[in-house]
Amino acid sequence: MKLLEYQAKEVLASLGITIPPGVVARNPDEAATAFAKLGPIAVKAQVPVGGRGKAGGIKLARSEDEARRAAEQIIGMDIKGFKVPLVYCEAALDIAREIYVGFTVDRDARANVLLLSAKGGMDIEQVAEESPEAIARLHPNPWRGPLDFELAQVAYEAGLGELARPLAALVKKLYRAIPDYDALTAEINPLVVTRAGDVIAGDAKLEVDDNAAWRHRDLEERYGSLLEGDPYEVEAKKRGLTYVSLDGDIGIIGNGAGLCMGTLDLVQRAGGKPANFCDIGGGAKAEVVENALAVILMNPKVKGVLINVFGGITRGDEVAKGVVTARDNLKMRLPLVVRMSGTREEEGRKILKENGIEPGVSGWEAAQKIVELTRAGVGR
Amino acid sequence: MSILLDASTRVIVQGITGREGGFHTEQMQELGTKVVAGTSPGRGGTAHLGVPVFNTVADAVKATGANASGIFVPAPFAADAIMEAAAAGITLIVCITEGIPIQDMIRVKDFLRGYPGARLIGANCPGLITPGQAKIGIIPQRITRPGQVGLVSRSGTLTYEVASALSAAGMGQSTIVGIGGDPVLGLTFRDVVELFEKDPETTHLVLIGEIGGSDEEHAAELLARGSRLKAVAFISGRTAPEGKRMGHAGAIISGNRGTARSKEEAFQKAGVAVAETTDDIVGMLR
Repeated sequence: MKLLEYQAKEVLASLGITIPPGVVARNPDEAATAFAKLGPIAVKAQVPVGGRGKAGGIKLARSEDEARRAAEQIIGMDIKGFKVPLVYCEAALDIAREIYVGFTVDRDARANVLLLSAKGGMDIEQVAEESPEAIARLHPNPWRGPLDFELAQVAYEAGLGELARPLAALVKKLYRAIPDYDALTAEINPLVVTRAGDVIAGDAKLEVDDNAAWRHRDLEERYGSLLEGDPYEVEAKKRGLTYVSLDGDIGIIGNGAGLCMGTLDLVQRAGGKPANFCDIGGGAKAEVVENALAVILMNPKVKGVLINVFGGITRGDEVAKGVVTARDNLKMRLPLVVRMSGTREEEGRKILKENGIEPGVSGWEAAQKIVELTRAGVGR
Repeated sequence: MSILLDASTRVIVQGITGREGGFHTEQMQELGTKVVAGTSPGRGGTAHLGVPVFNTVADAVKATGANASGIFVPAPFAADAIMEAAAAGITLIVCITEGIPIQDMIRVKDFLRGYPGARLIGANCPGLITPGQAKIGIIPQRITRPGQVGLVSRSGTLTYEVASALSAAGMGQSTIVGIGGDPVLGLTFRDVVELFEKDPETTHLVLIGEIGGSDEEHAAELLARGSRLKAVAFISGRTAPEGKRMGHAGAIISGNRGTARSKEEAFQKAGVAVAETTDDIVGMLR
């Protein structure tokens, strides 16, 4: 789950990190009220994606009128596929310098990594590409977290020696997001040093591990409903499915990320355009298949569905029963190609045939078949 | 010959009394895997599927001399189960469980440094099978046959697809290893390729990768130094859109690595043939 900026900042504040005074506004009036309370403010779009500034989602307001106008312009705006539901109005900071600090998972090292750079601000990715030595790194021990001397070393390495002590204190607080909230990314960019010498989180990004949601029901309850995004992805998430929306018109259901991606590749190779990626995972039961099909059929663009299941832990007979029940319950009339093999495949194929669904033979053939059927507009 | 697992490996199943654990233990037994015990806290002293059940892995190892384990326990308990197996002296730990929090696995990886003899496969993987001899996990044996192709894959279901095609074409497999698709996992492509390289009976190699991470690139770097294996690689996800990423930290870490193109180019540079679809693999391997 990717938290919105104000949510991430609430979490960081609870860990003891200083954040600027700020107020959430859902309409222009509330933004005007925020100005009255805070003075000059930054009006910031709340979307769980980077690049808001460049997309025009952050505006400075020096009067009530400006605050009102900024909110008017930003709320409802589309930023990289996310409709802005609300803005965060935050007291403008007296910035002396901007630092980058963030934790993320380093897949290669199979560890968390701390990244620290004196070159904070928007173009940190460019810094990483052009002068990687400007970013100091530390892989903290995952059982005890970073130690003081390690953090001092990183600060000196990043050329931030004069700030070593306040930075170490801040990084230790930020690190708590990992053990306490299962953070996969916890990033402050920029970390602002004010002219008064205070260290304040100018922005915050926090992504928590969905696999650990059972440990953090509180986060889900507090913030889950606010994270608007693609309606099908939201619905799929409610039903516990791994689902990504795409632009095309052929619904895809597969088990296992690799097979699902492989199926997308095959459909595109056959000249079709996938409408989604939906991985029903291992151990998929009839109910899960029905859920997946239901979500895909919610999308009016979908003209046909390809189900590609190779069973290991997923049993063919269960998949087949799920497909038949789902098709019947959902009164589905669009073309449906089911390619299935693996454990109990004979039983599964038999069930499909008895119910008038022809099982596909190979993935490639099935992909060609569904592309052909959707082109012909069967069922429409 | 084979790598990691053969008919003499003494296997326990952690979570043997669960639905999936039980179902797949029977499949493992049917192939001839030497399943010597199971564990299930609170069920110690009973028997299940013809083998004794113990409360702890330590008890099971002491009583049976087990040296390998298949883990089928639910995600909230899986990380602990892996560490329990390592601490009890198990040297081949295969964790099938999916959905383990990444931070749990990061701690597990650090813990395992204290047990250099323990090899972890997975988590979130289909396990491994040495056809005709033994398996730990969920790879269906009827799609495999004994032979000389080493198969290593990050995907579960694509592995079955390819194994099935190889078997149908009369190309048997020495060992099939599903290393799992999680970002933080045990054995890597490179580790497994190294093992196949040392196994005299393995003459061919199939690698099935996915977008994300740079494990495929690392394996390609190893193969580029020279290999006696005739190899074919396949990467799934070449048309997948870039993830809706947030923050910059991930991009700083991965740079340009991780894309299907980067992986395919790395393999081509190493002299490994790259298949466009899984259907092409068999023909290219001949």
